[in-house]
Amino acid sequence: MAAPVLRWGCRGRRWALACVDGGSCYRRGPPTGSTCDRIRGQSSVAQQPLHTAQKPRKGEHKWAAVVGLEIHAQISSNSKLFSGSQVHFSAPPNSLVSFFDASLPGTLPVLNRRCVEAAVMTGLALNCHINKKSLFDRKHYFYADLPAGYQITQQRLPIAVNGSLTYGISAGKERGQVIPKRVRVKQIQLEQDSGKSLHDDLRSQTLIDLNRAEGQLRVDANISVHHPGQPLGVRTEVKNLNSIRFLAKAIDYEIQRQISELENGGEILNETRSFHEKLGCTVSMRDKEAKQDYRFMPEPNLPPLLLYDATSLPTGADPQQVINIDQIRETLPELPSVTRERLVQQYGMLPEHSFTLLNEVGLLEFFQNVIKETRAEPKKVTSWVLNIFLGYLKQENLAVSESPVTPSVLAELLDLLDSRTISSSAAKQVFEELWKREGKTPGQIVSEKQLELMQDRGALEQFCYSVMKDHPQVVMDVKKGNSRAINKLIGLVRKATLNRADPAMIKEILEKQLSTFCGMCEEHARLLHRYTHGSVICSLPSHHLYLAFLSMLSPPNSPPTTVPPLFPTDRRGCVMFPSLCP
Amino acid sequence: MLGRTLREASAALKQGQITPTELCQKCLSLIKKTKFLNAYITVSEEVALKQAEESEKRYKNGQSLGDLDGIPIAVKDNFSTSGIETTCASNMLKGYVPPYNATVVQKLLDQGALLMGKTNLDEFAMGSGSTDGIFGPVKNPWSYSKQYREKKKQNPHSKSGDSDWLITGGSSGGSAAAVSAFTCYAALGSDTGGSTRNPAAHCGLVGFKPSYGLVSRHGLIPLVNSMDVPGILTRCVDDAAMVLGVLAGHDPKDSTTIRDPVNKPLVLSSLADVSKLCIGIPKEYLVPELSSEIQSLWSRAADLFESQGAKVIEVSLPHTSYSIVCYHVLCTSEVASNMARFDGLQYGHRCDIDVSTEAMYAATRREGFNDVVRGRILSGNFFLLKENYENYFVKAQKVRRLIANDFVNAFNSGVDVLLTPTTLSEAVPYLEFIKEDNRTRSAQDDIFTQAVNMAGLPAVSIPVALSNQGLPIGLQFIGRAFDDQQLLTVAKWFEKQVQFPVIQLQELMDDCSAILENEKIASVSLKQ
Repeated sequence: MAAPVLRWGCRGRRWALACVDGGSCYRRGPPTGSTCDRIRGQSSVAQQPLHTAQKPRKGEHKWAAVVGLEIHAQISSNSKLFSGSQVHFSAPPNSLVSFFDASLPGTLPVLNRRCVEAAVMTGLALNCHINKKSLFDRKHYFYADLPAGYQITQQRLPIAVNGSLTYGISAGKERGQVIPKRVRVKQIQLEQDSGKSLHDDLRSQTLIDLNRAEGQLRVDANISVHHPGQPLGVRTEVKNLNSIRFLAKAIDYEIQRQISELENGGEILNETRSFHEKLGCTVSMRDKEAKQDYRFMPEPNLPPLLLYDATSLPTGADPQQVINIDQIRETLPELPSVTRERLVQQYGMLPEHSFTLLNEVGLLEFFQNVIKETRAEPKKVTSWVLNIFLGYLKQENLAVSESPVTPSVLAELLDLLDSRTISSSAAKQVFEELWKREGKTPGQIVSEKQLELMQDRGALEQFCYSVMKDHPQVVMDVKKGNSRAINKLIGLVRKATLNRADPAMIKEILEKQLSTFCGMCEEHARLLHRYTHGSVICSLPSHHLYLAFLSMLSPPNSPPTTVPPLFPTDRRGCVMFPSLCP
Repeated sequence: MLGRTLREASAALKQGQITPTELCQKCLSLIKKTKFLNAYITVSEEVALKQAEESEKRYKNGQSLGDLDGIPIAVKDNFSTSGIETTCASNMLKGYVPPYNATVVQKLLDQGALLMGKTNLDEFAMGSGSTDGIFGPVKNPWSYSKQYREKKKQNPHSKSGDSDWLITGGSSGGSAAAVSAFTCYAALGSDTGGSTRNPAAHCGLVGFKPSYGLVSRHGLIPLVNSMDVPGILTRCVDDAAMVLGVLAGHDPKDSTTIRDPVNKPLVLSSLADVSKLCIGIPKEYLVPELSSEIQSLWSRAADLFESQGAKVIEVSLPHTSYSIVCYHVLCTSEVASNMARFDGLQYGHRCDIDVSTEAMYAATRREGFNDVVRGRILSGNFFLLKENYENYFVKAQKVRRLIANDFVNAFNSGVDVLLTPTTLSEAVPYLEFIKEDNRTRSAQDDIFTQAVNMAGLPAVSIPVALSNQGLPIGLQFIGRAFDDQQLLTVAKWFEKQVQFPVIQLQELMDDCSAILENEKIASVSLKQ
């Protein structure tokens, strides 16, 4: 009586949007590996030549590619689409399986309210028409990870149709230039997930996990190529792409493959293919040669899904029993495109920075919380959040929510920076300390490590002076007009002050001192004074300078005798040295 | 005691005339004696006795759960019962022990009812004779009644002996035989095209099909989801109403059950007068195949209403003749879909072939299903093919709508209840029945009953009289959707007028007890 060799588990829920090339009739390929409970949507591609894959050789037509995506995305919900079983990522196999999930005879689907709300919300966000009445269908095929022998989906009348998504890509020549794009969404449908098959080739058996919550996103790409102005080409479907990178690679590969196939006199078969991640190519899935007929029929156990809006809501309806589209619309958060626009306007950030802030889960909220609590300039905050904070997260592969540094801690740090209590490099040092999760505040770290900027100007002037004294060559570079050389001096002073000095203040002091500094010892200065008839006023030593100076005046190894007062002096009587340089 | 109605037995329990355990043991003993009827697939003796013991405690403490506390009942073997094998009379589910109770089973148990066992049926409820299950055909208790035997003796042409026993009708024949032979007071059947009403008519019982959506299907192993309804088989209308009162209501596990509150408990008033009633007689139900005896009883029943002041009018249900074909397309399509889960992977039968998953599926399903089931799967898949879907399934759905509209129009014209025959003839001998195949028989036998399922209406078969052969004949009342109470009220009035005779089985008991008393009764071991 068939003790179950295959284990089973419960369903996850997914959400899927799919882009299908507009109007062309598509058929889903056969089941392969893991699929899932989901809302599936289909969006159709805006069909300008997305890829002009090869440069046309002389006398040849240009190729245009048409790409449609079927995106399966798991809905973030506590329980599954049609059962009360929970959804957890990486739960032990088959630990979250209800009798319905295991398709025990006599069990019936019960639609999860949260999933419907999520579908409506997605439909609204993607500018779809929400169908106030939608239907569920059964799609039949035999597969070990599909225990009922059919999948419940929305084939005929899905919950949302005819939407669009506008987005921008940074592809212009100028930095920050964003080219607007628009993709059409054909439909969004709620769909049950199948299980996951794990093939054990060694023992020649397949294990089934009916938890079905694996993977948040899966995409099937439909691709064809044709000459513009001519009918669309035959389409292939590359299934089960689970990352954006592979999706792009698979599409690019498939376009190239189809073009070279056609140019070499071959033909494109309407087939399903899989993407080989290591080889970076697509491979025909020859295991499903027989034509699949999914024998769709209405799901008799689920009445039509009815949605209401403010005008159609029946009076006295139990709010628990009805779903109000208008109410969901009100709870819709600000959409990403609007948020990005606002960020650019409000904080003056570059468009690509606004993308980065939104693309990382929780990063925008983190950023906004820092902004709220700090006096630092938004640009400074943006720079810190995107460069330093995000860099640390990426390095350790952490989510924003897992960050050891909270927004208020970063805000406090940026305040210290803003008030010039610490230098920028000291701030980075503090940040590194904060990342160690030792529970210290930025203030504590600053005082423990003595990272405060020197506020004593006199002391700083001493540091500057001695640095100049010890690095005459650099001073000379500055005097020669090498504007970058001053940075070296600033660096040296900062180093000397253990990074506790404000670079701006250092620069100011240095500039002042440089204007009156020649760099010689008193003895040399006296000599110089004699030669120049008192026009040199500086009094600090620089043997090198002096010697160089002297060597200009006399032949090598001959002692100086008399020097004519040939040297030009500036207004204050300083000797102008540039002419001394070799 | 066993010959009484549920209501009477309930009163006896309350008054302490008998204890639940005594009642349970009497029924178990009778189940053993009537084992040859093949009414039960599994007798849950241990479960029943344990439940009886608990019921007895409640009665002693004055904490009875209600009218059903301590009442022996039986359940068709296509309702899931936790810890008790549920086979659908199919090899496919032999050995399958569900981990949960169907909602209707749970509701009965929550009221303290004693589950005597799981009753026989056609495989996956596909049939109208209860002859096509792997456990063999069910025998109609009336085959052994004094009434039938005496008539048979008078007929010089009739063969003697046991070989010409009668079928129960089906597919809930086991449940009908179980109630008819007094082994329990009520039984659950299922009704997709007439599977409760047909055997009720052949076994002299009340067979009630509630409105679709009134009673939960959760746990009922489906035949046709859009038509299946748990059915109730009892000895009188009041008993059926009492059981309906327990079963009816919204079930969160079945999205097709309605939320509107049901009047509970369901107590039927006794109609004093029927003068305000309008009874409709659908003219299309007068078909040439209808036996003259039943036709005449039908006509007399109409006269009875008329003579008592009711308005009796002829109505037309113009799409009736398309109904059985339409039913066939929709039924087989859903069957093809519903049977897809039986693949041998997770539960039930699995073949020994392990060459490939596909080969395993094919062999498992070939071995697991009988010809009837396989035939329906094949037809259904044909109708669902992309190229056929519009021409068959969609058209059948449209016809289904027309059929449902026929009923709506009839009721809108002022008719309160429709009166029709339940079956074309009384029960026929098994040997006669199997001369035709299952499909032909189903098409014939569901003729008056399946349209109701397509329209989702409540209907009840009421035993009216004995035929010339001494066999029961039933007539069907059809009511407005969700007006089950009015339907049963009218049925109750009618039942009172016709005074259908009680089956006389004493002879059967005497004859059989000697043969059967040493035979051990099958009982299920509990896997809780």
